[in-house]
Amino acid sequence: MPEILRVEGLKKTFTLSAKQQKLEKTRSKTKVAVNDLSFTVNEGEIFGLLGPNGAGKTTTLRMLATLIRPDSGDAFLDGFSVKTQPYEVRKLIGFLTSELKLEEFFTPNYLFDFFANLHNVGRAAREARKAELFATFGIAEFAEVKVANLSTGMKQKVSLALAIIHDPKIIIFDEPTNGLDVLTAKTVTDFLLEQKASGKTIVVSTHIFSLVEKICDRAGIIIDGTMAVCDTLSALTADKSLEDKFFDIYSESVGDEQ
Amino acid sequence: MNKNIITIMKKEFARFFGDARMVVTALILPGLMIYVVYSFMGVAMKDMFMPSDDHTPVLNAVNFPQSIAKIAPQYGFEVNAVTDTDEIRTQIGNKETDILIVFPEKFDESVESYDTKLSSVKPPNIEIYYNSVNPDSSEAYGLAVSMLDEYEASLSNKFDINRDVVSDLATNEDVMAFSIASLLPFLLTMLMFTGCMSLAPESIAGEKERGTIATILVTPIKRSELAIGKMLSLGVLAFLCGLSSVIGTFVSLPKMMMLDESGIDMNIYGAVDYVLIALIVLSTILMIIAVISIISAFSKTIKEAGTSVTPLMIVVMVVGISSMFGGGAATEITYYLIPLYNSVQAMSGVFSFNYSMTNVLVAIISNVVYACAGGFILTRMFNSEKVIFSR
Repeated sequence: MPEILRVEGLKKTFTLSAKQQKLEKTRSKTKVAVNDLSFTVNEGEIFGLLGPNGAGKTTTLRMLATLIRPDSGDAFLDGFSVKTQPYEVRKLIGFLTSELKLEEFFTPNYLFDFFANLHNVGRAAREARKAELFATFGIAEFAEVKVANLSTGMKQKVSLALAIIHDPKIIIFDEPTNGLDVLTAKTVTDFLLEQKASGKTIVVSTHIFSLVEKICDRAGIIIDGTMAVCDTLSALTADKSLEDKFFDIYSESVGDEQ
Repeated sequence: MNKNIITIMKKEFARFFGDARMVVTALILPGLMIYVVYSFMGVAMKDMFMPSDDHTPVLNAVNFPQSIAKIAPQYGFEVNAVTDTDEIRTQIGNKETDILIVFPEKFDESVESYDTKLSSVKPPNIEIYYNSVNPDSSEAYGLAVSMLDEYEASLSNKFDINRDVVSDLATNEDVMAFSIASLLPFLLTMLMFTGCMSLAPESIAGEKERGTIATILVTPIKRSELAIGKMLSLGVLAFLCGLSSVIGTFVSLPKMMMLDESGIDMNIYGAVDYVLIALIVLSTILMIIAVISIISAFSKTIKEAGTSVTPLMIVVMVVGISSMFGGGAATEITYYLIPLYNSVQAMSGVFSFNYSMTNVLVAIISNVVYACAGGFILTRMFNSEKVIFSR
């Protein structure tokens, strides 16, 4: 399969406030969130970024989604650079994270039209897409209810539908099943598998091993902002379970530092 | 106009007009409140300070002289000759009667024989008692003083001032324009500012606080389009809110200023004046929206934005009051480059028919330039991850 996403030496440093320095128990004024990270993703696969909290997963995905700029390094999505062509990159991706909220005042129907306009989807195409996605996710029955009055599961379904209005080639999903009950989580994993089946490329970040084992073709384990290992899932789980493998790698890399 | 800008504007309008609470509190209530409060204040002040129209002033007099008795009816007095001054004074204190004048005995003779140059004693003295809290009594007092002054002047009439001449050459229009020019720029500035203040923090800091702005930022919309769309829609909404307040003010101002039914005649201004005022107001609103939007973008929450904008409110009030003092609108062109001050001076000039077109245009254009600069800064801020993701 051809490569569609290439990450080259991505680096991101945050400045810490005095308060954050205390929390992190450090005197350094900066924190390296992502340090020289490189990996590639092939077209049509589900790639998982696995790592503990604070490893730099979310920061990496935000850089891929062009919400924040890398300090150095670059990433290319279908040939477009996140640094120099963010506008083109945004046309290409559907980005989903629990931090991107929907305006509670509006109805799913209104928000669908709004985001379709921002994604330059024409009226006819929009209505067809709406019918399709609302049916897939069962949104039609609450399409005219304000988002504020929807349950967490319903909101998640609306978010999924809105993220792929423009039929993006690449779907980037930060912590897809965090905080969801098993039923909603299943909706999400089913959604990801369906998208894969229809030829999309998917990048997810998570700290849940079972999710990676269930859906990912390849995975990279990030520890302290660097890629500890990156391989196909079958290679990663050849001799032991993913969780045991992770503990091995973790004690290795943390041991290196100490 | 750019499609994305229109999409953002439509969303802002849908957000505003779809929310009954917002429409009532930001659009309808300010105008209504101003109308109710101003009208109430006007009526209350009229009650307090204005004498009743149908009241005949009652003059109680001791030793009432012939000379004054002749002229008193011309002043509309109903005269009571009395002897018991204590009782009348009590009645005046109780607002039961208007005034008491105590003339010295043989007043006319004393006045006749008194020579201002040669007499060594003091002239005859008249005592007038009244009650300043009772408007009827106050009015009767004023009337009595002017009646007596005029009588005194007539005794030694050597020359008159302004006999049978209308000496104030200011036309009615000028008088009206003068009072409008001193009051309206301040009111309009305040109303514009409060209009903007009730909208921009909600739309920008609010979207940040709720995490909805990042959802928009991952779509292929240019940051400049988002900034312009927000500023234009907020500008239009702030204009509508301001308009509501202006209508409330205009309808109630005659009552507030205790004018008669004819009220304020705004027909004294022509089409050009109104167009200039509208342009000044619109450009000022855009400028204010830009400033408050930037402050809001820096803030993490709506509350923080509101707190940060409040000190600015004081500056706006001080600048607004500047139209009430000083001798009319400033003439130096450089004053018209100072944001806000330029608008107040330009409005003051237009309202008082005393302005230079160049200065007014400089004010309008500089406001638009400041708004564009603000839009540029806002765009940069929407591009900054520090601003968008600051917690």
